[in-house]
Amino acid sequence: MSYYRVFAKGIWEKNPILILGIGMCPTLAVSTSVSNALWMTLAATFVLIFSNIFVSLIKSVVPSHIRIPIFIAIIATFVIIVELTLKAFQPDIYKALGIFIPLIVVNCIILGRAEEFASKNTVLPSVLDGLGMGLGFGLTLTVLAFFREILGSNRLFGYTLIPGMEPATIMTLAPGAFFTLAIMLWGMNALKSRKRR
Amino acid sequence: MEIKALFVILISTIFINNYVLSQMLGLCPFLGVSRKLDSALGMGLAVIFVMVMASFFTFLIYKYVLIPFDIAYLRTIAFILVIAGLVQFVEMVIENISPVLYHSLGIFLPLITTNCAVLGVAVLNTEAGFLNGNLGLLKAVVQGLGAGLGFTLALLLMAGIRERLEIADIPENLKGLPITFITAGLMAMAFLGFSGMKI
Repeated sequence: MSYYRVFAKGIWEKNPILILGIGMCPTLAVSTSVSNALWMTLAATFVLIFSNIFVSLIKSVVPSHIRIPIFIAIIATFVIIVELTLKAFQPDIYKALGIFIPLIVVNCIILGRAEEFASKNTVLPSVLDGLGMGLGFGLTLTVLAFFREILGSNRLFGYTLIPGMEPATIMTLAPGAFFTLAIMLWGMNALKSRKRR
Repeated sequence: MEIKALFVILISTIFINNYVLSQMLGLCPFLGVSRKLDSALGMGLAVIFVMVMASFFTFLIYKYVLIPFDIAYLRTIAFILVIAGLVQFVEMVIENISPVLYHSLGIFLPLITTNCAVLGVAVLNTEAGFLNGNLGLLKAVVQGLGAGLGFTLALLLMAGIRERLEIADIPENLKGLPITFITAGLMAMAFLGFSGMKI
């Protein structure tokens, strides 16, 4: 597989959320505003790239029956780095993302890529794979957040859009997240079935 | 008064702040294991068990190891290792004590390590102000129990609905995940009603 394909497959044809259906919790929970979504993307992509690098470096010395705990320890290390950095430099974002920063550890996307890709490939493809998957995750998250923020709080990047309009608060709560993602998945299925025909 | 506080924690984690439908934690097993009622029940029981145990141990470790040694920033890595070890341990114990239970729960136990609701309840226990008051440990365990019960409730409701959706006439493109998310959204809307409950 060419390097470009390794990078690009995460964005569309193997998009972690829309096609593989993993990593749902942070997707639904932090997509209340676009800035939250972008920071979450940055944090998850950072962890994804660095855990992929380290997993691919140590893949030949790790005994296969204890590889999962070792991968989790590597991922947790980078999550702590992200957690402390955000806490020090972006305290507002740290508070807004809250519990979902430590929960990057159990994000299936990251452990999934370590197990499925990085533990079988060299460093450079692993970096590209991590970057592609991170962007695919981030793109979905941002689109979701875009609609939820506009409809749910009548704002975008903190600016009010239509003065005096009452926003549909339900879009920022859990049901809005479920419905918006359902519509996105529906559209995705419709596109796929049209292509097949 | 303490009994009342424990009751409030239990009810609010089951209904008002349901981990799945209002805090959006543990969605992977919620979507993955809700096809059949039997397996949903097995998964729910395993999660309740692990959540109670995890709340107990992670709270003790946080309060008596991480804070006194001033290494609270290692919380994430310590908790995930405790949970992974605990799941492994529970699996071995159940296998030896009750092979019948092991056969019904066994396949779900390894999945629980990556269930974000378990790590979620462990982290929330350290942030909920249980550390300073008395009965903190008991409150943490009750919160774990409530979270597990709430998760099981949501999972069972979902499995019941999905078993019926199997035979329903659904548009081709909505089959699978989209209709499941719409169902989850409607359930979440129903659970929003509990947020007006005064206890």
